[in-house]
Amino acid sequence: MAKQYETVIGLEVHVELATKTKIFCGCSTAFGGAPNTHTCPVCTGMPGSLPVLNKKVVELALAVGLATNCKIHQYCKFDRKNYFYPDNPQNYQISQLYLPICYEGGIEIETPAGKKVIGIHEIHMEEDAGKLIHDEWEDCSLVDYNRSGVPLIEIVSEPDMRSAEEVIAYLDKLRLIIQYLGASDCKLQEGSMRADVNLSVREVGAREFGTRTEMKNLNSFKAIARAIEGERARQIELIEEGKKVIQETRRWDDNKEASHPMRSKEDAQDYRYFPDPDLVPVIISDEWLQEVRDRQPELRTEKLARYKAEFDIPDYDAGILTETKQMADLFEQTTAICHKPKKVSNWLMGETLRLLKEEGKEPDELDFSPENLAKLIELTEAGTINQTVAKEVFEKIFREDIDPEKDVEEHGLKTVNDAGELRRIVEEVIASNPQSVSDYRGGKAKALGFLVGQTMKAMKGKANPGAVNQMLKELLG
Amino acid sequence: MANVISDETMEYVGILAKLELSDEQKEQAKKDMERMLDYIDKLNELDTSAVEPMSHVFPVNNVFREDEVTNGDDRESILKNAPAQKEGSFKVPKTVE
Amino acid sequence: MQITKMTALELGRKIKQREISVTEAVQSSLDQIGAVDGTLNCFVTVDADGALEQAKRVQQAIDEGKLDTPLAGVPVGIKDNMCTEGLLTTCSSKILYNFKPTYTAEAVLNLQQAGAVIVGKTNMDEFAMGSTTETSAFGVTRNPWNTAHVPGGSSGGSCAAVAAGEVPYTLGSDTGGSIRQPSSFCGVTGLKPTYGTVSRYGLIAYGSSLDQIGPVAKDVSDCAAILETIASYDKKDSTSVKREDCCFTSALTDDVKGMKIGIPSDYLGAGLDEEVKQGILKAADVLKAKGAIVEEFDLSLVEYAIPAYYVIASAEASSNLSRFDGVKYGYRAAEYEGLHNMYKRSRSEGFGEEVKRRIMLGSFVLSSGYYDAYYLKALRTKALIKQAFDRAFEKYDVILGPAAPTTAPELGKSLSDPLKMYLGDIYTISVNLAGLPGMTVPCGLDSRGLPIGVQLIGDCFQEKKIIRAAYAYEQDRGAWEMAPIASQKGGI
Repeated sequence: MAKQYETVIGLEVHVELATKTKIFCGCSTAFGGAPNTHTCPVCTGMPGSLPVLNKKVVELALAVGLATNCKIHQYCKFDRKNYFYPDNPQNYQISQLYLPICYEGGIEIETPAGKKVIGIHEIHMEEDAGKLIHDEWEDCSLVDYNRSGVPLIEIVSEPDMRSAEEVIAYLDKLRLIIQYLGASDCKLQEGSMRADVNLSVREVGAREFGTRTEMKNLNSFKAIARAIEGERARQIELIEEGKKVIQETRRWDDNKEASHPMRSKEDAQDYRYFPDPDLVPVIISDEWLQEVRDRQPELRTEKLARYKAEFDIPDYDAGILTETKQMADLFEQTTAICHKPKKVSNWLMGETLRLLKEEGKEPDELDFSPENLAKLIELTEAGTINQTVAKEVFEKIFREDIDPEKDVEEHGLKTVNDAGELRRIVEEVIASNPQSVSDYRGGKAKALGFLVGQTMKAMKGKANPGAVNQMLKELLG
Repeated sequence: MANVISDETMEYVGILAKLELSDEQKEQAKKDMERMLDYIDKLNELDTSAVEPMSHVFPVNNVFREDEVTNGDDRESILKNAPAQKEGSFKVPKTVE
Repeated sequence: MQITKMTALELGRKIKQREISVTEAVQSSLDQIGAVDGTLNCFVTVDADGALEQAKRVQQAIDEGKLDTPLAGVPVGIKDNMCTEGLLTTCSSKILYNFKPTYTAEAVLNLQQAGAVIVGKTNMDEFAMGSTTETSAFGVTRNPWNTAHVPGGSSGGSCAAVAAGEVPYTLGSDTGGSIRQPSSFCGVTGLKPTYGTVSRYGLIAYGSSLDQIGPVAKDVSDCAAILETIASYDKKDSTSVKREDCCFTSALTDDVKGMKIGIPSDYLGAGLDEEVKQGILKAADVLKAKGAIVEEFDLSLVEYAIPAYYVIASAEASSNLSRFDGVKYGYRAAEYEGLHNMYKRSRSEGFGEEVKRRIMLGSFVLSSGYYDAYYLKALRTKALIKQAFDRAFEKYDVILGPAAPTTAPELGKSLSDPLKMYLGDIYTISVNLAGLPGMTVPCGLDSRGLPIGVQLIGDCFQEKKIIRAAYAYEQDRGAWEMAPIASQKGGI
């Protein structure tokens, strides 16, 4: 019988913090920008330059640590990690090894077998590296330091995950927490959240861990899932062939669905960490910690409970609404304006999700304003526009965040409540559809629906269907 | 006493430090390092088991910047000293195989 | 009086009184450099045009009443490890042979704001690693008192330039004695402030936890005034200390009555040249005669400072100097194959022997498996050394001792035995480990006519005490003669 293997996975998740400036200098962290236009002597490693810590970085790291149930090193320091690579202008990265800001935490995930806690070994602050662009024409590489010094936290999990599903669930949960905190936008595609996978396999029942590898360059949840499957298979094959798994860092190529070792003998992985003498210790007082704690926003679990109690909306809806921070914010902000939680929920659960799906977008890409959605709801509730028109207007809000009041005004979309005008059109419809009229009078109730449709069409949808119905019945006697 | 540094160690430290020494230099460097380490071993005469390592002499801590953008586009001067540049970037030998 | 013989403050006064124009002052400096620097090689770069240009601007500001500082218009030389915008800054290394910084070091900015005119950049041991200025990639600097001898190091160019009257004062940097030891060898007054007093922003780091910029000048008053100008709390330097007592010139009083001065007997033992010993003890007697209480005591741990220092400084240096890689600035090897070879070639060709020796040592002591045994051990030793000083300063206001075991050695006699050279730092190095202020004042000549310096060490932030002791001593000693070369040639 074939041996049964268990996969053991730990993650190192790098998250770019949502600060305006870099961790050690006043350069902008804005995405994009021509190469090296967001740089200064500090983040390009000019001789004589010195780092000064951005306070916001500490506060965001603390917020994430508290939300993931970590302990806090109230005396923490920065260390230098020494290695040569051109994206690293000083040839050392300022990071934290000996006293990381947060440690020994964990978050709960849902698995098919029930709830499970994934331990967090530590969270440390560090600086990002620059970007290397490979120039095929000249066979050289070009270095852009715009990202150099962008603040990161690295969240190191315990090797507590056993499958790709658990990994995705953990990442999803982590992302949600961090987004809720506003500590990062956590976009895998743009690299503001990156996960390195540490993976080993062992026979089911074995007590010792196998030799692990570290997989880098994973840019989507799908790539992570494929890389886990690929690496599991590769390691099992090696073991079955009686070969050894080598502890190494591998780069995942998602196009080829294969990985290859990343380093050569020139990269002895001996980082010679030592405390950075240019930076002083960070002491986090109880008061400071309490301030951060007091500022912590409501996280999903608390939100779920509150939605049910406060807004009386179904569990399912509350679940969807709180799944992303953008959706929850939109819900709460719109409700705060129009005080119609159920209507708001309906728009978000219905049309919004439909359009997101249609356009292949994620909820965190939503960018219309709660004011405009609230106005739309007011317009519908007041009977100023009917449901059909409202849906059309909503599409415009969804795409371009237009002001529905102006739009309705400009395009003359208001429901016509002028009884004289309605009577005139209905009479025209009756006159030009003798067949349907006689069908209706002959007892075919369905024919009325056709006449309503014709009237709506003639009025370009701006009629109140109920009023049309009533007028038709009245005139047809 | 008497530290002995192997050729492999010298090779390894050369990789870490990105220094390439000729064979002759390597021999000399090895001797220098051995002598220096012998001398440094003098520190072992001290019992420091109850002493905390001291990185900073003064208890200065919590030196922060506010999160405000203070720097603009300084590319031209940043690239001024570059041995090789192209398209607003520092040019280096190819970094991937 | 010749301009070249004036102190910085004397020259500053004459400029203020319109007796000497800034251009005359700067030209006199340039002339003296022209006359003697071919022999001495104190400067790596002389910026004659830039200096004369600055002179005009400063003169204008003085004339318009916008500049009223004691150092306004006085020329200065800056050690070549401090960044000066647009002006070559080499650290006396081939690896920075063409480097023109895009910004100016904070300490230098402070001087410029006070109206100083930079005439050039002074020679040094490569990256401040050395005790003789012989490791410079741009040639040795010679001692103005005897050109067959070294000026000391690493701020050899800064100290020799002042001794030879090339500039009234200079900035140096001191990581293990690099201001105090060459000041002693060249017969000038040099001060290393308490760590954190002068911003390190723009000082190209050697050992970040030890480096400190300080003045080199002709007398104590100049040093106090210069330090007052360059000291600042700088938000760009996280290790900068906010001090409220930076009025150092207020300590220039001839009064040491009741001051407690301790001489470590550990500093007077084997290895100390007899003439140097007699020189500094004579200086101690002067202070005693003026009412100070002078006694010998055991400082302890003196012999452990050097090994601890070389572990810490080399470790920090190995990391600090890794940024010199041929990518962003400085030297890149002409030929190489691929990235890592480019790194290795550029660094191996760009750095000199002593720098490579310390980078190798530093990389080794931090490498896997050795960190605790070497680096942490050294940091623990540092803590013990600090405690020893703390105990000493409970009893004494000032510690007095030699700055170096001998007077300046002959050229070419030191580099062949690095360890022996390191041992010469024994009286200066522990001051850096403990972050203390220290000052060297000339106190005599040996039988060969080479200067001897006495070192005064204070507790953290107690510069005023050592300035007071030094000033009182100086009043008795009288004006110090300049090196013979200063009057042999040049001058107005």
